[in-house]
Amino acid sequence: MSQIAISVQDLRKRYGGLAAVDGISFEAGRGEIFGLLGPNGAGKTTTLECLEGIRQPDGGTLQVLGVDPGRQPRKLCSLIGVQLQSGGLPGDMQVAEAMRFFCAYHGVPPRYDLLERLGLGPKLKAQYRQLSTGLQRRLALALAIAHRPPVLILDEPTAGLDVGSRTELHALMQEIRGEGAAVILATHDMAEAEKMADRVAILLRGKIVVTGTPRELTSAGSGFTKVSLRTEESSLARDDVSLPAVHQRLLKEDYVIYYSTDPGPTVAAVLDYVRAHGDKLIDLRVERPSLEERFLEITVGGAS
Amino acid sequence: MTAFLNHFAFEFKTGLRNATLLMMNYLFPLGVYVLLGLVMTPINPLFKDTMLPAMVAFVAMASPLLGLPSPLVEAREAGIYRTYKINGVPALSILVIPVLTTILHTLIASAIVAATAAPLFGAKLPANWTSFVLIALLTAVTFGALGALIGVVSANSRATVLWSQLVFLPSMVIGGLMLPLSMLPKPVFTISTLLPSARAMQAFAGLAYGQETALNPLVSVAVLLATAVLALGLAIYLFNWDRVNQARRGHPLLALLVLLPSVAGIFLG
Repeated sequence: MSQIAISVQDLRKRYGGLAAVDGISFEAGRGEIFGLLGPNGAGKTTTLECLEGIRQPDGGTLQVLGVDPGRQPRKLCSLIGVQLQSGGLPGDMQVAEAMRFFCAYHGVPPRYDLLERLGLGPKLKAQYRQLSTGLQRRLALALAIAHRPPVLILDEPTAGLDVGSRTELHALMQEIRGEGAAVILATHDMAEAEKMADRVAILLRGKIVVTGTPRELTSAGSGFTKVSLRTEESSLARDDVSLPAVHQRLLKEDYVIYYSTDPGPTVAAVLDYVRAHGDKLIDLRVERPSLEERFLEITVGGAS
Repeated sequence: MTAFLNHFAFEFKTGLRNATLLMMNYLFPLGVYVLLGLVMTPINPLFKDTMLPAMVAFVAMASPLLGLPSPLVEAREAGIYRTYKINGVPALSILVIPVLTTILHTLIASAIVAATAAPLFGAKLPANWTSFVLIALLTAVTFGALGALIGVVSANSRATVLWSQLVFLPSMVIGGLMLPLSMLPKPVFTISTLLPSARAMQAFAGLAYGQETALNPLVSVAVLLATAVLALGLAIYLFNWDRVNQARRGHPLLALLVLLPSVAGIFLG
């Protein structure tokens, strides 16, 4: 990891009798997107709010580029950009007005270029309450990055966005990472985490149950690789076909699907079989277990 | 400074853009002023003597008490202050700037009243305009600070209405706006002296119109000033960034300390 931007050590936060965050630790480096995943109530938002200085932790130490969020809130403001999950803007505030307002508090010139880039150019005079959910989130993102913070915290950034907006936002996140910022991404969207995050931590009931790159996480699970085939003569549909490392076999529409513990030998054997039976391959797909499957395995297993 | 000016400009424009605030800043107080001018002055010609200060005090009450607190509560409930906090907007600005813009709206509406009350309804003009303007400003500041305090300590919008009306309605009925304090029964008079509107009316009468007053007008000015400072100080002290995070510096009932100057005023006259 490059220079550590965010350090969370043994963070604890209770609400009454409930331990919302129960001793979690992680670090995120500059130029890294770190994903925080977990079901509702896992402690993601509480963790982020402690990092943002909105909540005071009950225990543990937090550092954002050497700044303690609880003790140096003014200094923290210039270091972080935050797109909150909940927490908007005044309904009467116009888009351009919001940019002027927050940039003035950060002491930087307004970034109207960001509004243009995020598709808000034609809406500069529109009031916040007149914007769709997607546009509101885009504006929140524009405001979060307008002062070019070295740490960006995104809480469910693509919730409610259409496909085009998500793609644009992902491109922007990659760009921000490329400029050396640390990005903390809390999301329910496993595909997004798998695509965007360099490392992820999965939280469950206030604790981190696993940390690693998406590839490390998916390969560490007990999930099987899915091998799907379709042939002209459907020679694989016969019940007596025996293939190595296959745990389970399913027939779905015109496809035969094998769940393999070792996809290399399975694919080699299945191709030999098709060729040997004079059949012709139309489609072959090999899909490793997704982060979503691994997430479900961890969270459902951990919950039971 | 740029941040302050941007914030001030936004809050001021909100007072005109937002239909509810526009109603409370201008339409409601000026509507009541015109209505009372049309109805009361023919029925009770003596009303002309107190019409101008009474309507200025009314304008100074309506906007801060009925318009200012709800947006403060709604912004806290909607998590807007969280966005503000993360972006370095100080709590002081969040409270003081809306108070200042509300005072400015109040002064504009008061100026409209002051400019039209005599030609339209034959209202008596003050003998001392400087005192009149300063007392009008002090009254607006006092109610602005009280409005901010109500917004800070109200748990939700419904509580805001309750607290606001608890100050507004007695001020209207026994606060010296409709009837001179000297006409009130003794127990009601004592209660009315706790109301900032009564203090404002006494200050107007004594210092701007040079009339005999039931209460010492200088003490009234002191009570208004102390109430304003205390209310704003308590509002800043008790300010809470969001409805979820309940860590407060003090219990909301501490807001009742704002009554101290008025209680002291009972003994000072």
